[in-house]
This record gives sequence, C-alpha cells and structure tokens, in this order.
Amino acid sequence: MAAARPYLAAFRARCQLMLQYRAAALAGFATQLWWGAIRILVFAAFYGVNAAAAPISLADAVTYVWLGQALLALQPWIADPEIGLAVRTGGVGYDRLRPLDAYGYWYARSVGWMLARALPRAVLMVLAAGIVLPLVGLGDWAWRPPSGVTAALLFVPAFALMTMLGAAVLMLANIIVAASLNERGVNAVLTPLVIVFSGSLLPLDFYPDALRPFLHVQPLAGLVDIPFRIYFADLKGAAALQGLALQAGWTVVLIGLGRLAMERMMRRLEMQGG
Amino acid sequence: MPQILVEALAKTYRVAERAPGLTGALRGLVHRRWRPVHALANVSFSLEAGELLAFIGPNGAGKSTTVKILSGILRPTSGRVEVGGLVPYEDRVRHVARIGVVFGQRSQLWWDLPVIDGFDLLADIYRVEPQRYRRRRDELVTMLRLEPLLDQPVRQLSLGQRMRAEFAAALLHDPAILFLDEPTIGLDAPSKLAVRDFVRRLNREQGVTVLLTTHDMHDVEALAERVIVIGQGRLLTDGPFDSLRASVLAERRLHIDFAGAAPVLEMPGVTVRARTERSLELAFDPTKIPTPKLIAAITAKHAVDDIHVDEPAIEEVIARFYDLHDAGEA
Repeated sequence: MAAARPYLAAFRARCQLMLQYRAAALAGFATQLWWGAIRILVFAAFYGVNAAAAPISLADAVTYVWLGQALLALQPWIADPEIGLAVRTGGVGYDRLRPLDAYGYWYARSVGWMLARALPRAVLMVLAAGIVLPLVGLGDWAWRPPSGVTAALLFVPAFALMTMLGAAVLMLANIIVAASLNERGVNAVLTPLVIVFSGSLLPLDFYPDALRPFLHVQPLAGLVDIPFRIYFADLKGAAALQGLALQAGWTVVLIGLGRLAMERMMRRLEMQGG
Repeated sequence: MPQILVEALAKTYRVAERAPGLTGALRGLVHRRWRPVHALANVSFSLEAGELLAFIGPNGAGKSTTVKILSGILRPTSGRVEVGGLVPYEDRVRHVARIGVVFGQRSQLWWDLPVIDGFDLLADIYRVEPQRYRRRRDELVTMLRLEPLLDQPVRQLSLGQRMRAEFAAALLHDPAILFLDEPTIGLDAPSKLAVRDFVRRLNREQGVTVLLTTHDMHDVEALAERVIVIGQGRLLTDGPFDSLRASVLAERRLHIDFAGAAPVLEMPGVTVRARTERSLELAFDPTKIPTPKLIAAITAKHAVDDIHVDEPAIEEVIARFYDLHDAGEA
C-alpha cells in the first residue's frame, strides 16, 4: 500500500480535477444519451428487416448500446490532453523531478482522467436508460441489468481489465504525442481504430465471418466487445474466462510495450531538452 | 567530498537547420541538416553542503541547462556530475527525492486545486511520513505567510503569492539541496524581497544548499557570497561576488553640485561622464586618484553645494564583463 501511495495520489488528483467539470459531464451525458437513442433506432430498423441474421438479440443489442454510451469515456480514443499540454509547456520537466516510475505516474493519472469522466456519466445513464425508460413504459429499449449473478460477478474483473487495457492503449498514444509533440495526428488515427476495433461502433460479431477470427483476438476487443458480452452472458463459462485472459494478456503486453517506448522517449527528451 | 561536483560538463543540442521560405521547408522534408549547438562546454565547479551559489549570465548562456542536468531532467553530452554521491540522470528516482526545484516560469502545483490539496498530493508523491509532513508544512506556511492562501485554487493566486506557494511545494519533502531557476522573474519588489529573505533564512538557518540562476543582480547582491558567471556555455568566472565586482571595475563616480556654473575640469585619470549647467558627474579610478584627494582638489578651487560618491550599478558591471569576454546573448 505504501508503495502505491504516490500513484494513488496522482490518480486522486486527476479525479478531483475532472470532477470539477460538472457542465462537461452533463453535456457529455446529453450527447451520449442522444447518440444512444439514434444507435438503438438503427438497430431496431436492422432487426425489423432481418432479426434472424443478427448474432445477438435486440434486447442485448440495446443494452450493448447503453453500456457503450455510459462508458464511452473509458475508451482511449483520444490521447490524454494533459500530456500534450505538459510536453508543449515543458511541464514534463517537473514530472521528471518526481521520485516515481515515470510510466506508472502517467498511467495512474490517465486512469484517473478516464474514470473521473466516465463514472458520473455512467451513473446518469443508469438513471436515464436503466430506470426512467422502464418507468415510462419503454422497457423494451432500456438498459438491462447483467444476465444473472455469474455474469455480474464476471463483469467486475472485465470492467477493471477494460479500464486497465484502455489506459495501456491511452499510454501508447500519450507517448507518441510526447515524442512527436503533436496530438492531432495521433488522435486522427486513434479514434477510428478504437471505435471500430473495440466493437464500439458495432459488436464485433456483426462483421463479416472472414474478419471475425482476427477481430476477436486483437487487443482492442477487450475494450468493449468482450466485457459487454460478458455482461449479458453472451460470453459465459470458459468463453468468458478466455475473454478475461485475452484482456489481461493484452494489458500486460501493451503496458510492457508502453514502458519500453516511454524509456526511449524519455532518453530522447533527456538528450534533446524538454 | 563536495555535495555537488561538476567536471568538464558539456551539453550539445542538435538543431535542425533549414533554408528559409517554402523551398527551404520542402528541401527540409527530404534532407535535413543538423547543426550542433553547444549549450555548455567544459563547465567545472563544485559546491559544499550549505553553500549558496548564484549562476548569472545572459539568456541562452546555459544556466537553465546546468540546473536541468543537476536536477536529473537532462543528460549531459559528456562530463561528470555527482550530487550527494549520485549521478542525477543515472539514479534519477533516488536523486530527485533529495532535491527541491523551483522554476520561476513554471508551476508545480495543480492549477485548479486549492494550494493545500496540492501540498497534500506532493506529500503523498514524495512519501513524506504524515506527522513529519504536517510539521514541515506548518513551518513553511508560517515562514512564507501562506495561511490565507491555503484554500484558494492556485489559478487565483497572484504571481507573488504563487511563488511563495511554489517554494513551500518544493520544500515539503525537506530536501538538502534547492535548485532555483530564475525564482524572482516577473515578481514585484516586495515579493522579490520576500523570496530573497526566505532563501537566505533557508540557507543560513536550515543549512539547505542553494544553487540559483538569475538575471536580477539584486538577487545576487542580496544572497550570494559566491557567483559563477556563465556566457555562451562557458564558465567565465567563479568566485566571491565582491572580487568579481572589483576585478571587472575599479571605478567610482563623483557627483558634484556647484554653487555657481560648473567649471571645465581637466585632471589626469578623471573623465566627465555628464554635465549640466551647475553639476558634473565624474568617473575615476580610486586606486590611481584616492577619493579624498580628488574631492579636496575640487573643493579647494570651486564652491560646492553638494557632493557624493557612488559605484556603477551592478548590471553595468556584468554587462561590461560580458563585453570583455565577448559573451553577450548568443
């Protein structure tokens, strides 16, 4: 615990800062509610034409959409703006003055940034899509609870891993931003990659058969597709455990890659000046 | 063994060089030429624990680069650096736990958080034991008169208030060495005085080793017994401040108000720097013409209303020193 104290502090600081932005949270929630509704209408139209062709039920698809909208901020689709700013203003120098593992310090801050944005919106989304919708008679379009106790219990590590994996991806983006001194290019590539390959746009089973073996093992599947399918028990038993293992495996690999990249980048900053 | 040891330190940056204009930019896409810039060349000095050393030099002289290397942010191109027995850029984590750094142009506090929250976070980041932290924090809060500011977000502080908070932030973990990179830049007179007073107390009363860089000669005059002058990456001189002043300029100024019209003075070794109808400003070398003798010579011949002697401003001393070494802003 003592070893983690500085990193928890970094995490806490970032949460505390982000939680100040109530207007941003409300605006984000409103946007995500609106987009959620549109996406559900699109699904409804699709299921109306050919429900038999769909890999999951409409009810699960609706829950998939609401979960995704609620937890959108956990997805690493833009690099942490604080890193870009720190690099441009030279604040990175002060980061180097902290007696901390440089990767761990940024990683903790990134997790704080993601969670602090995601959690208030998730709570609002549960209220709106999980409670209000059934109350007003739109239960068919509501966000449903996990399919059973096992699914709920398995979703806990799945959620933790999707956060950790998301932060690991985010860190790679942050490091490229820091090395290239520019976040636009990174974000331009990162956003579509994450939205498509995580399953955020469409559950990965909706893609053509030929692509699926690849889609289901690539790292970004662990951000959305795997944890959400665990939530409504589309992945269960051995398949669910396999999903968790995939999430954990990629998290370890990407953190390792990130650490290497960070070391090289810092070496260069040390050489070239911050 | 000195606390800080710097030997033959050199730092060379590579700067992309390209022809001006669009064609130059296009050519740069294909073939980039690099030009080495020597930010530091063969700089050596050492510092004992408890000393207070000022680094002065024009912009681009290499002051900040030196501080960044000593604090572990930058890696030198060559040379040897040891601070408290550690090589800063090799043993970064252990090293930075023992030093405090204030950059006058940057903030290490959280912009949107109250000052006290920033302090708490830093105590966690430096793993300061809670009881020790509270004692140290209260001591710094008293010394820097921070009580009324503690619950204000950093962004609402004036620059002077913020710098006081920055000093506290840099010292919460009780570092043995403090690096200050232009700590008084942009501050008003009372804030500068407060900063100088604090740094002096820290150095004298608590024995903290201080290395500061500055443009402000009053900082140097007020604080440092020892001064290193640096220009274009080279160490120009290292010694007591007074001897620096003496070595560069043994010059005095004599201001005289005459009862009548200012006379035409022709004395060997004395130059007239300025004249008005009834006053003169003379420059002379007191080692050649002792001041009392000069005054006596003048008052013997002319009726004088007022007379006083002073020295050239310290800025002028340094400017002349740079000229002497051809080391003005690169």
